[in-house]
Amino acid sequence: MTTTALAIDGLSKRYGPVVALDDMTFEVRAGEIFGFVGSNGAGKTTTMRIVLGVLAPDSGEVRWEGRPIDAGIRRRIGYMPEERGLYPKMKVGEQLIYFARLHGMPVAAATAAARTWAETLGIASRFGDDVQALSLGNQQRVQLAAALVHNPAVLVLDEPFSGLDPVAVDVMSRVLAERAAAGVPVIFSSHQLDLVQRICHRVGIVKAGRMVACGSVDELRSGAGAHLVVTTPGAPAGWAAAVPGVTPLSTDGDTVALSLAPGTDDQSVLTAALAVGPVTEFSWRKPDLVELFRHVVTAEEAA
Amino acid sequence: MSERDRTNPGAASYPSSGGGSGAGSSADTLTAIRLIAGRELTTRLRSKAFRVMTAIVLLVIIGTVLAFHLLPGIGSGGSKVGVLQADAALTQQITSAADAVGAHVDTVPVADEAAGRTRVADGTLDALVIPRESGRLQVVVQSELDPALQTALIVASRNLVQDKAIRALGGDPAEVNAAIAQAGVVVDPIKPPKQYDVQQLVLGAAAGILIYLSLMIGGQLVAQGVVEEKSSRVVELLLATVRPWELMVGKVLGIGALGMIQIVLYGVVGVGLSSALGTLTLSVGSAVGTVIWLIVWYLVGFVMYAFAFAAAGALVSRMEDASGVIMPITSFVIVGYVVGISVLPSDPSNSFAEVLSIIPLFAPTLMPMRLAMGGVPVWEAVMSLLLALATIPLLAALAGRIYRNAVIHIGSRVPLRKALARG
Repeated sequence: MTTTALAIDGLSKRYGPVVALDDMTFEVRAGEIFGFVGSNGAGKTTTMRIVLGVLAPDSGEVRWEGRPIDAGIRRRIGYMPEERGLYPKMKVGEQLIYFARLHGMPVAAATAAARTWAETLGIASRFGDDVQALSLGNQQRVQLAAALVHNPAVLVLDEPFSGLDPVAVDVMSRVLAERAAAGVPVIFSSHQLDLVQRICHRVGIVKAGRMVACGSVDELRSGAGAHLVVTTPGAPAGWAAAVPGVTPLSTDGDTVALSLAPGTDDQSVLTAALAVGPVTEFSWRKPDLVELFRHVVTAEEAA
Repeated sequence: MSERDRTNPGAASYPSSGGGSGAGSSADTLTAIRLIAGRELTTRLRSKAFRVMTAIVLLVIIGTVLAFHLLPGIGSGGSKVGVLQADAALTQQITSAADAVGAHVDTVPVADEAAGRTRVADGTLDALVIPRESGRLQVVVQSELDPALQTALIVASRNLVQDKAIRALGGDPAEVNAAIAQAGVVVDPIKPPKQYDVQQLVLGAAAGILIYLSLMIGGQLVAQGVVEEKSSRVVELLLATVRPWELMVGKVLGIGALGMIQIVLYGVVGVGLSSALGTLTLSVGSAVGTVIWLIVWYLVGFVMYAFAFAAAGALVSRMEDASGVIMPITSFVIVGYVVGISVLPSDPSNSFAEVLSIIPLFAPTLMPMRLAMGGVPVWEAVMSLLLALATIPLLAALAGRIYRNAVIHIGSRVPLRKALARG
């Protein structure tokens, strides 16, 4: 998991006065699931489209195993565009076989792979139906199958989880993990941060066309300040603010999240809490990706 | 990177261009274009709309040929005139009079007047001629007498009276008639006009209609196909695998092959049926020549316009916007066709149509009509074809540029200037 498979190096892209990408740089390693998060319009889709060669960058380049990416390697990428797209009046099976063959597979292998993926993703019974006859969720499964059917060497998936039911989310997560375990670098974007936190090896947070934080989830979580969570049923509101060195971050019913100044003893906070009533929860918590994301994004905005 | 191939659960490893060096080789390009063209062709061949449409056109062609064959006076057969069996002299007079006035008349012997009247009534005879006293000819017809036949019969009746008078004067009618036949006008044209065969004119008009329909329908299929890929958003998935120009060429070839199948079918059925029935009495060579020219010009015309149609389609993302953007291209097809169909059948050597038929953008509709009608100088036919062939790469390059720049922009209509400007 240490070799760099896909390097995105200094990509910039403008649309007239609008800066879509500004020196976007990161890398994805072989066998790694890389989560790509950021607000709408931050540049995730533009980055992916440049990787696929659908768009050309103004500057910067994409490298695969050290070499600039070209059409031959791009044909080995499995892609799921943000704007889902399949031929509505083409049968599921024929469509999958067609895409496999466009990626260079011979007929027999393409047919076998189409069947296998249709079974894996639970759409085998719809193999002979037109895509437009399928529910949106099933169309999404076909879309994923179309990205996987040619045995891609890289997976680039733009919001693969949006619109999926929990069962399909599990299937999709499992498939991504399997692909990664087989050595395929997987890059996907998502707004479902809990999911990203759960299945990604590394995460990149994008803001206004730049990568503002990039690393493993643990690295990112320990990088930002941990906070103390205290639940005190029946305590008067604002009890924590009186404790020296303590800054309340948020309040949720009886639970407060506190940030402690360096050198502040957490036991003094517990003492103060017990003084105002019973304490049912007292724990240190690392920020989760949602908080981290808010933190990074708002920090950038403040800067 | 073959170690990654082991991971596909569905298939053993397959030959792949991956690895960089062989990327985008011509074999890949050919495979991609073949696959794209094949998809276009097979999905459309299977569609109900295509089958119904083709069947309707075939029925129209067969119906037209049968109509020409069955309706008297339209086909090549002349008027059928019944003459009483006993009257050999009258038969001979009618035949020679018809020759003299240039009417097509076939005489048919009938047993008696009653039998003749029955045959006129049921339409197997156009007229029944019965000689009456003082040289008058009584002509029994269904309702009206064909003007050409009338002229021939008037001449015949006068000749009959004349022969009688000559005989009465002791002369030999045959001698006098031979002498009269010598008289006449000898036209000495300085620039002889081309004589056009009516059948060839009809064939030319049919060729024009067929090529017009094929180009219009084929062109619109190309534009619609491009818009469909944009509106269904599948184009992004395709462009992640193939180059824009491969997609465009594949689509044009696939739909072109579809039109080709249709036009060959129409041409062979139409010309074959009318030759078999004897409706068409042209030489086989001339009929086959017309079909071949039709196919050549369909191919040239289709390839020329189709790239432009593809580029136009790429500018919009919704099917309802398609007709607006293809209008400028269809207008060239329409102008050529309208000029041809309205001018050429009555005036096959019209100089305006002649000039227009050499200009590449109008040639695909006009030239095949003129070629079917005959009388096109070889240099005009060759120049028109060469100019059209030379136009194709220019149009294709321009269209490819527009297509490449516009096809990925989904949303509002891409301005033409923007599509042309960016590289």
